[in-house]
Amino acid sequence: MVNRSLISITDYSKEEYLRILDLAAEFEKNPNQNLLTNKLIATLFFEPSTRTRLSFETAVQRLGGRIIGFADASSSSVTKGETLKDTIKMVSNYVDMIIMRHPMEGAARYASEITNIPVVNAGDGANQHPSQTLLDLYSIRKTQGRLDGLNILMIGDLKYGRTVHSLLMAMSDFNPTFYFISPSELQMPSGYKMLLDRQGIRYVEDRDFLPFLPKADIIYMTRVQKERFSDPFEYEKVKNVYVLKNALLDSCKDTVKILHPLPRVNEIDPDVDENPKAYYFTQALNGVYVRQAIIASILGLK
Amino acid sequence: MKGDDKHLVVNAIENGTVIDHIPSTSLFAVISILQLEKLNSQMTFGVNLESKKLGSKAIIKVAGKYFENSELNKIALVAPQAKLNIIRNYQVVEKRVVEIPEDEISGIIKCPNPVCITNHEKITTKFHVLSRSDMTVRCNYCEKVINRTQIEIL
Repeated sequence: MVNRSLISITDYSKEEYLRILDLAAEFEKNPNQNLLTNKLIATLFFEPSTRTRLSFETAVQRLGGRIIGFADASSSSVTKGETLKDTIKMVSNYVDMIIMRHPMEGAARYASEITNIPVVNAGDGANQHPSQTLLDLYSIRKTQGRLDGLNILMIGDLKYGRTVHSLLMAMSDFNPTFYFISPSELQMPSGYKMLLDRQGIRYVEDRDFLPFLPKADIIYMTRVQKERFSDPFEYEKVKNVYVLKNALLDSCKDTVKILHPLPRVNEIDPDVDENPKAYYFTQALNGVYVRQAIIASILGLK
Repeated sequence: MKGDDKHLVVNAIENGTVIDHIPSTSLFAVISILQLEKLNSQMTFGVNLESKKLGSKAIIKVAGKYFENSELNKIALVAPQAKLNIIRNYQVVEKRVVEIPEDEISGIIKCPNPVCITNHEKITTKFHVLSRSDMTVRCNYCEKVINRTQIEIL
């Protein structure tokens, strides 16, 4: 992993990302470690994402590293018409690693091809966001004690949701059973279902999540966005259907955990927040440990 | 070039390459992939010709030019059934079929994803071949998987 970019979850083997999860557990026990003394890291956010940027920057700072960069493209030379290539070439002269987010898909892969320093993809459009996937895996393993043989209920926008697709790919190494719950407009794309078929992984598709709540080990909620519907009437029909409320959770296993990549809008009622089954805020905190592990292992410090 | 009965006559070529069984709709794509517009050779293009196999086919004759296999294989994307005849001294000395490149296709296909970085910066596109039978490829950059019906030539 040393000096290798992390662009897509498929860049790492199962053994490699399990090693990241083990490292993250170490950082959770002992988050402040001065491993990055004299290291300078760039966070280039060509589109704003406060949550992801703060998480990465916290990870760097907890490791004692320093940061340069920008929080959105309007404060960079992109507004003067500089190409991505030139920005990456220029920044590469200064730093030991680039963490970047970009609205165009494939931007991070392209950046990794034109520089010799490692690039970590912090999201490229609707394509990949591998640190999110790794923190989801970390959260699942931590709360369930294992990754193997779990029942995973995915609810909401399964068509456009980047996080559910990456999580599906990563979890398919661990013999899961998936329950895909979505309105018919936002079903899991057939390409992903074919992938599961080829690997003999069980999945069920439905529009109603209630019957599946008792089976779930993990409930992965996503936001159903209005702009995804061609017919506004269809949106009105489903917008309040995929909402998790505290009263619904009694039928669940005691060990179930609710995950959400955040930001949440109304798909999880705030009355769920105090329930011990709610895990999304801790999940976000886990992101810092996982990102510490990613950075330390790519820079060969762990 | 006019025969006695006022029909256009296309002469056989002495030396060169004849590419037959191109779907009529792919003629211009083949011309562009092989960059024929940059050649000074004598060339003949026939299009919308009757074909039992394809219904309607196109044919290209290029005098005095032999192509590398790697060049010719690029046209497999748009003309998978193309047949190549290598002509020397008016004789067909070799017949070839085109083969879809093994693993990677560089710089021929345009990514149909409007938000792919390759459509916004000057980047040579690159696609990984997933299946040669139905011509499924994955963009190296945005990772979108597309098949023959979605393939657009640059």
